[in-house]
Amino acid sequence: MSLKDEVQNCLGSLVVAVSECQGDLSIEVARENIRVVLSKLKDAPNLSFDFLSDLFGVDNSELYKKAAAKPAKKAEAETAPAEPPKPQEFPPRFEVIYLLLSLKTNRRLQVKVRVSEEKPVVDSVVSLFKAATWPEREVYDMYGIHFNGHPDLRRLLMWEGFPAYPLRKDYPLEGRGEERHLIYE
Amino acid sequence: MPCKNGLWSGTKGVIEMGLKAYTGEGWLLTKAEELINWGRKRSPWPLPYGTACCGIEMMCALAASYDMARFGAERPSFSPRQADVLIEAGTITKKMVPILRRIYDQMAEPKWVIAMGACACTGGVFRTYSTLQGINKVIPVDVYVPGCPPRPESLLYALMKIMEKIEKDHPLRALFDREIGQVDLRSCP
Repeated sequence: MSLKDEVQNCLGSLVVAVSECQGDLSIEVARENIRVVLSKLKDAPNLSFDFLSDLFGVDNSELYKKAAAKPAKKAEAETAPAEPPKPQEFPPRFEVIYLLLSLKTNRRLQVKVRVSEEKPVVDSVVSLFKAATWPEREVYDMYGIHFNGHPDLRRLLMWEGFPAYPLRKDYPLEGRGEERHLIYE
Repeated sequence: MPCKNGLWSGTKGVIEMGLKAYTGEGWLLTKAEELINWGRKRSPWPLPYGTACCGIEMMCALAASYDMARFGAERPSFSPRQADVLIEAGTITKKMVPILRRIYDQMAEPKWVIAMGACACTGGVFRTYSTLQGINKVIPVDVYVPGCPPRPESLLYALMKIMEKIEKDHPLRALFDREIGQVDLRSCP
């Protein structure tokens, strides 16, 4: 049985989408179910994904913007559009991706959840994987995604009080002139 | 002291005078400021503040093969209170700014600063939201050393430039202005 079938057997209807790229399996699950999914993958004896090798965020806003602009151009090049182009439906802006490794069987799995800009909250998986503590803080620092149940959700790289989330695509690379000063008490 | 070399004959008298002064028989005259500058110039103790790859090159300049101690930088001082020259080697992130400023404030006067490397001078390749674009935005800098990273020779040259700067200093001028300059000469008899 392939890894894909094993994972689908284990999770059943919790899996929203499955894709495979260059032999690496990637599954997408609903935002609310991430803790259930990870604990199931961890506890299943045939899978035992017991090692969280990485956790990171992705901002897809620019990607969606480009995708929205492309078909409009094509329509212009051909003839006058018969009907006004429909506003395209895009998935939520952010993704949080969990990279799992099974130390027992040496197999890897990528688990993805999509997070909307309006409600950027995901359940923390620190209670399952202690290794998630700092990566979750980094994702919070860089994208502003909150993690419910994280024991110590502070910024990891930028200083406390930094007014933006710098890895969001609408934040300019050179910043907005934020400075930090020394203040003697 | 017998001096057989003809080239030395001009300075022979000076050396004899110096020796006599040393053995307690004679005198050496100089200006107080020059004496202070001479002492400061020969002992610029560095405070190594390495935050990136420039720090490795600075360690090389301090260690045996380049041996910065030849120029009086005898002891890398890891306490800002006993250091004269702050060698800021590496990238300064904006998060690091208060720490750098506090360390500079803790150094006792007189103090000098070498900005070593492209990052310390201008921010270098890191033209981003998180990097300070040159440490001169936070602390005054005496010598900038370009390079990414600079070779140890460049750092030695920067130290020599600091020594040149110390030579031109007037350490007693502030004291003079404070103590004597305040006296109203018209009130003197």
